[in-house]
Amino acid sequence: MADQNGDLSITVDGRPVPAKPGEFVIAAADRAGIYIPHFCWHPRMSSVGMCRQCLVEVDGPRGPSLVVSCMTTVADGQVVHTESPTVKKAQEGVLEFLLANHPLDCPVCDKGGECPLQDQAFSHGPGESRFVEEKRHYAKPIPVSSLVLLDRERCILCDRCTRFAEEVAGDPLIQFTHRGSELQVLTFPDEPFSSYFSGNTVQICPVGALTATPYRFKARPWDLDESESTCTTCAVGCRMAVQSSRNQLVRYQGVDADGVNWGWLCDKGRFGFEAVNSPDRISAPLVRQGDELIETTWSAALTAAAGAIKEALADRGSDSVAVLGGARGTNEDAYAWAKLAKAVIGTDHVDAQLADGLDPSVLFGLPRATIDETCASKTIVLFGPDLKEELPVLYLRIRDAAERRQTRLVEISPTATGLTRHTYASLRYRPGEQGALISALLAEGPVPGLDDATVAPVRAQLRSGGSITVVVGRASLADRSEPLNVAVGALARLDGVRFLPVARRGNVHGALDMGMAPGLLPGRRSLTDAGDALRERWASVPTEAGLDATGILRAAADGAVACLVLLGSDPLADFPDRDLARRALVGAGTVVAVDTHHNASNAHADVILAAAAYGEKAGTTTNVEGRVSRVSQKVTARGLARADWIIAAELAVRLGADLGLESLDAIRDEIVAVAPSHSGITAAALDAQPDGVVASGPAALAFVAPEAPADPPKVDAYALRLVVSRVLYDAGVALSKAPDLAPLAPGTRLHLNGIDHDRLGITPGATVRVSSARTNIMLAAERDDSVPRGSAWIAFNQPDAAIAELIDLSSAVTDVRVETL
Amino acid sequence: MARLTEAHVALAREVIGRFPRPKSALITLLHIAQEQDGYITDDAMAHLAELLDITPAEVLGTCSFYEMFKLEPVGRYCVNVCTNISCQLSGGWELLEHAEKSLGIKAGSTTDDGLFTLEDVECIAACTEAPCLQVNYRYRYKVTAADFDRLVADLRAGRLNNEVPPHGVLARVRQHVRPERWAGTGAEAQSKVDAR
Amino acid sequence: MTDAPLIVTGRFGQSDAHTLAGYQSTGGYEVLQRALTTMTPEQVSAEVKTSELLGRGGAGFPTGTKWGFCPPGVFPRYLVINGDESEPGTYKDRMLMELDPHQLIEGTMLTAYAVGVAQAFIYVRGEMALAQERLATALNEAYEAGFIGRNVCGTDFSTDITLTWGAGAYIVGEETALIESLEGNRGMPRLKPPYFPAAKGLYMQPTVVNNVETIANLPWIVANGGAAFKAIGAPTSTGMRMFAVSGHVNRPGVYEVPNGTTTFRDLFEKSEYCGGILGGRAVKAFIPGGASAPWFYPEHLDLPLDKPTVDKAGSMLGSGAIVVMDETTDVVKATWRVVRFFARESCGKCTPCREGTNWLEKILKRIIDGHGRPGDLDLLMDLSDNISPGIAWPPRQTTICPLGPSAVSPIASAISHFRDEFEHYIVHGTPGVPEASRG
Ligand SMILES: Cc1cc2nc3c(=O)[nH]c(=O)nc-3n(C[C@H](O)[C@H](O)[C@H](O)COP(=O)(O)O)c2cc1C
Ligand code: SF4
Ligand code: FES
Repeated sequence: MADQNGDLSITVDGRPVPAKPGEFVIAAADRAGIYIPHFCWHPRMSSVGMCRQCLVEVDGPRGPSLVVSCMTTVADGQVVHTESPTVKKAQEGVLEFLLANHPLDCPVCDKGGECPLQDQAFSHGPGESRFVEEKRHYAKPIPVSSLVLLDRERCILCDRCTRFAEEVAGDPLIQFTHRGSELQVLTFPDEPFSSYFSGNTVQICPVGALTATPYRFKARPWDLDESESTCTTCAVGCRMAVQSSRNQLVRYQGVDADGVNWGWLCDKGRFGFEAVNSPDRISAPLVRQGDELIETTWSAALTAAAGAIKEALADRGSDSVAVLGGARGTNEDAYAWAKLAKAVIGTDHVDAQLADGLDPSVLFGLPRATIDETCASKTIVLFGPDLKEELPVLYLRIRDAAERRQTRLVEISPTATGLTRHTYASLRYRPGEQGALISALLAEGPVPGLDDATVAPVRAQLRSGGSITVVVGRASLADRSEPLNVAVGALARLDGVRFLPVARRGNVHGALDMGMAPGLLPGRRSLTDAGDALRERWASVPTEAGLDATGILRAAADGAVACLVLLGSDPLADFPDRDLARRALVGAGTVVAVDTHHNASNAHADVILAAAAYGEKAGTTTNVEGRVSRVSQKVTARGLARADWIIAAELAVRLGADLGLESLDAIRDEIVAVAPSHSGITAAALDAQPDGVVASGPAALAFVAPEAPADPPKVDAYALRLVVSRVLYDAGVALSKAPDLAPLAPGTRLHLNGIDHDRLGITPGATVRVSSARTNIMLAAERDDSVPRGSAWIAFNQPDAAIAELIDLSSAVTDVRVETL
Repeated sequence: MARLTEAHVALAREVIGRFPRPKSALITLLHIAQEQDGYITDDAMAHLAELLDITPAEVLGTCSFYEMFKLEPVGRYCVNVCTNISCQLSGGWELLEHAEKSLGIKAGSTTDDGLFTLEDVECIAACTEAPCLQVNYRYRYKVTAADFDRLVADLRAGRLNNEVPPHGVLARVRQHVRPERWAGTGAEAQSKVDAR
Repeated sequence: MTDAPLIVTGRFGQSDAHTLAGYQSTGGYEVLQRALTTMTPEQVSAEVKTSELLGRGGAGFPTGTKWGFCPPGVFPRYLVINGDESEPGTYKDRMLMELDPHQLIEGTMLTAYAVGVAQAFIYVRGEMALAQERLATALNEAYEAGFIGRNVCGTDFSTDITLTWGAGAYIVGEETALIESLEGNRGMPRLKPPYFPAAKGLYMQPTVVNNVETIANLPWIVANGGAAFKAIGAPTSTGMRMFAVSGHVNRPGVYEVPNGTTTFRDLFEKSEYCGGILGGRAVKAFIPGGASAPWFYPEHLDLPLDKPTVDKAGSMLGSGAIVVMDETTDVVKATWRVVRFFARESCGKCTPCREGTNWLEKILKRIIDGHGRPGDLDLLMDLSDNISPGIAWPPRQTTICPLGPSAVSPIASAISHFRDEFEHYIVHGTPGVPEASRG
């Protein structure tokens, strides 16, 4: 009988099994722990019934009949047999067919030892092959992309990779071709499977037909040691299993977290272990001797770093110390550093964002939505970065909501994005004008620059009632954030609206939760709202809000920062205004870097403290939703490297203080005690909910909609408004230190609307001069109609060009002139 | 000559307009490409992908499913001899053997002069006229060895140029509807559903 | 019964029947005009229902009933005319398209009106260049004459017919594969349920798929009334029906005969039909309804061409394709050739069909090449059982479409009746029939 939740009950092999209306027999059985052999069925993709391995018998009026359990819907009282002689015969028959042409090269196959086909052949299959004919032959592994190899002889044609590419990723670049016994999976010649999500196909391939270049022949499954963890490459926080072999990270596999990633990972996250294993790691502390950074002992390095801080404090006061970064570590790292900076050193010049993020009041002062809540909304307003580029798995979730649910997407962006083709309406603005555009859109009357036919459906959708979630974030780094805040002010007045504020960097949301921003304390509170529990444990609390990243760099450039700590940050590569970053590194007194890899910024450091990287330390991390989940240590830290929190604690000691944070557990307990938003996120809660617990808490920071700033300057007829945004593959360490990923960075080109391109008389592919008020650089131009007329788009932080040289953050927007040579 | 010519692009757009959803035109468009080049080139597939806003891999997926689309060049004349059951019972294999000998090639290959490709095909729906064959999809019924040799000689001599166009050209009459006569009800109704 | 009217082949003797003028000279398009102006769509449907016209594409489903499966109120609906004719032995739809295209177009428009479709598609087999030309010409003429498109016959009924064709794939004749193909995809069947075309067909909209011959009957039925149609033939198989008889008969041909009453023997022996078995030899076996059908033997000769009767005898009339094999036939080679067809034409979606049919074909080829092994017959039967559990008829079908199980029909038929011929091959490496050269 269907119970009051509408759940049904079926009987599988005599056992009652609860089932949800509309689901397939195999899914209900799977949940109840009854394994029905299968190859093509995957719980996160539509059923195709291709392999026919999942045959079972279902009782009917005319006796039992054989059906595929992956496409047979449950019915209340249904009786299913998975072990009857008829079922066994049918299943063994299918397995024999699958093995007939399979090469059985298990000993040299990456999948050997964890292969469902191999396992089932052992447990069910007949011993000797009755297939005496010549097997099918294909050229052995062919690369379908630079990351994925395909062995068509091993392929059992389950449609998982092709279905994933089309249905989940929206990149139908691998397809079935030919038919019958020549059926095979292929890419188009010269058009590789260059999907950001290609690695998932390797993971879901039920045999060893798809293998990943970075893992190939690295380890055998029985040598692997595994822990569940959370990816911190970006702020989606996908759950994954980190696998090592002989104390080296060798593979990450997606884990199905219902609220987050559904088992998927992007390739940057999946293959991120290559960067951890890079020879460019900083494996010991370093101190400067003249022009050189020399390896030294921890004691000497910490003494040097503490000495620099002490000297700054003594000579120029706590205002002369600043900490930039903190988004790369764990929550525990961030808490320890926040406490070190704010309670021990006494500075509030701390910022984990690099002028590319959101005002803390936008993050914490507005009603927030989780990913699930966002995807269940009737309307999602996309008012932020290209999610496919910045938060790839969030893109998958929202794409799924738009394609497979009733959700409508309304996009308001400076250029088309990966989601544009899935939107109900997509509007363009010119940076600087978004505040005015959205304010006008949400008021009555005409919207400048848009006709009524465009505006009417958008207005109707926004006012149609039902849930609305705004995904808000920075769409471009070449302009300042005030207009965004004006727009958010207008959007916040929509009935029942919620926000999913997105910042990209790994644990930036956790760092901000822990107080790594000017004016903030752990638990999303302002300096004036410390609370007794925090005051008990913090020797002091800053009284005045400090400088943000831009302010810190300006102060450093002006010589006002005696000691600048780069906590895993690389402003030369990552800060939008490169000239400012350069002047700051030169102008700062002493530069102390805490980092995992050598980079352009820490080359300026006087002291480098070697930090443990991902997989080398445990703790927790926080994703865009504020979801806290564990990260695991799987290997020992490289060389002498240490976790950031340990470095903070050691520095405190040398500064004559005691953070009182002896262990990760102690930090976690202290966070629970002092941060009201995290009061429920105890170790026990995290053990019970490995997919994470969403922090929620008093909206102690109120969002106050700013006054509309003065209209940005109009772009003059000869100029284009610049849009600069991140693409997934850039020159950051996760990419540049990963040998298989680094070549994927697309490089820098100037993207122009076809009309502008032709108006400027550019010959296709020609190099042009791009000049801003700052400087000029030479770039190849590309016609790209995803860029609206009057704007120009350039990818940020590519290995071949420093586009940040063009950006001057002291002006509201960046306009460029383009000249042919 | 591998992307579609301008005239063919115009034709392709007309064909696309006859379906409620553009991708439905793909097979017809592939026939147009094959008519242009005699087989399906990679460039043509890439061009069709552009015209339909799909990936070239999707075009390849569809294209390679269908026997008639040739991914490699074939002869000017594709001679398809049926050997399926009705023809087998009435001398289909003997006809194929004769064809192999007469053309000097095995079924599945092309003569050196690029004129003939010979294939052993499945039933072509002329079972009562067995043994039968098609040359560029034009029928020949109850074919004897002598008939076959005469056919080859006529084709070589160009005596059948009017009746048998080069491989790739299928119907020489196309559907063409003046816009005033076209109802457009399918596309209109479907676009309402698709707008979600 | 030879005085029965020729319903769909009546104009085959008329040399200009394929032109609009020729068609109209025999009253063509008058029924359409009359239906649009004097009948409601429901009335047209009712005539078809009364006629009890069974589909001629293979499954023999009542056409009127099928139309009724479109969920009420769900629009747009589509109509697809299946002219993919590829089942070995089948030859009739091509004739109807080449010789009388306007009859098909008029039938299509009547159906479109009755079902209320937004657009109709005629999908012709790719290899049929002449049929494509004739239909294109006929459609162009009919559009210009106002019989298709905007305001048909001056009424406010409007609908289009799009002509399209395949590119060589038997499986595309299966209706859900046909729909996939019409969407521009690989012609791989969809699973039924849930993808019954009437509910979720083209673009997931309600779609009626009918065979060419089925629809060619419409003008006559609407003109003469469903009851008149039902009065012809047997009560369980109404009207006239086209049968293509090929193989070992004196006059192979396509004959339109009263449905359900004519017997196989009539067809094979009567002088107005095939005029006897070749060389006066005896029938060894015959395929009653296309390559997918289990074989019949001399004891079945007197069965009428009646759907329930043939079904009950363990086979089917299928697509009206009858292939006669006389006593000289090498049935092992015949079996191999039919199985090779299915192996080549499997779409490849289902493992048992993709791998199984190819394996069967390889074993059979090995046997006729003289390399049979002692266990081969048991292996053939066991693999057949794994493709079509129980080797039942009709198949229990554990694959997505019936193609896979179809490959099993000839094997099961031939091994059960002519096991000794297979064994002869396996032991001696040569055919077990004296005069095997023919087959
Ligand atoms: C493998 C397979 C091939 C088929 N081929 C054809 C075909 O070539 N022509 C056809 O009309 N029906 C064919 N059918 C039957 C169609 O699926 C469908 O039943 C038919 O077109 C419906 O039309 P009707 O009801 O008018 O017979 C085939 C079915 C199967 C399973
Ligand atoms: S039974 Fe064969 S032809 Fe039919 S869907 Fe399955 S694989 Fe394709
Ligand atoms: S899992 Fe059901 S058919 Fe593959």
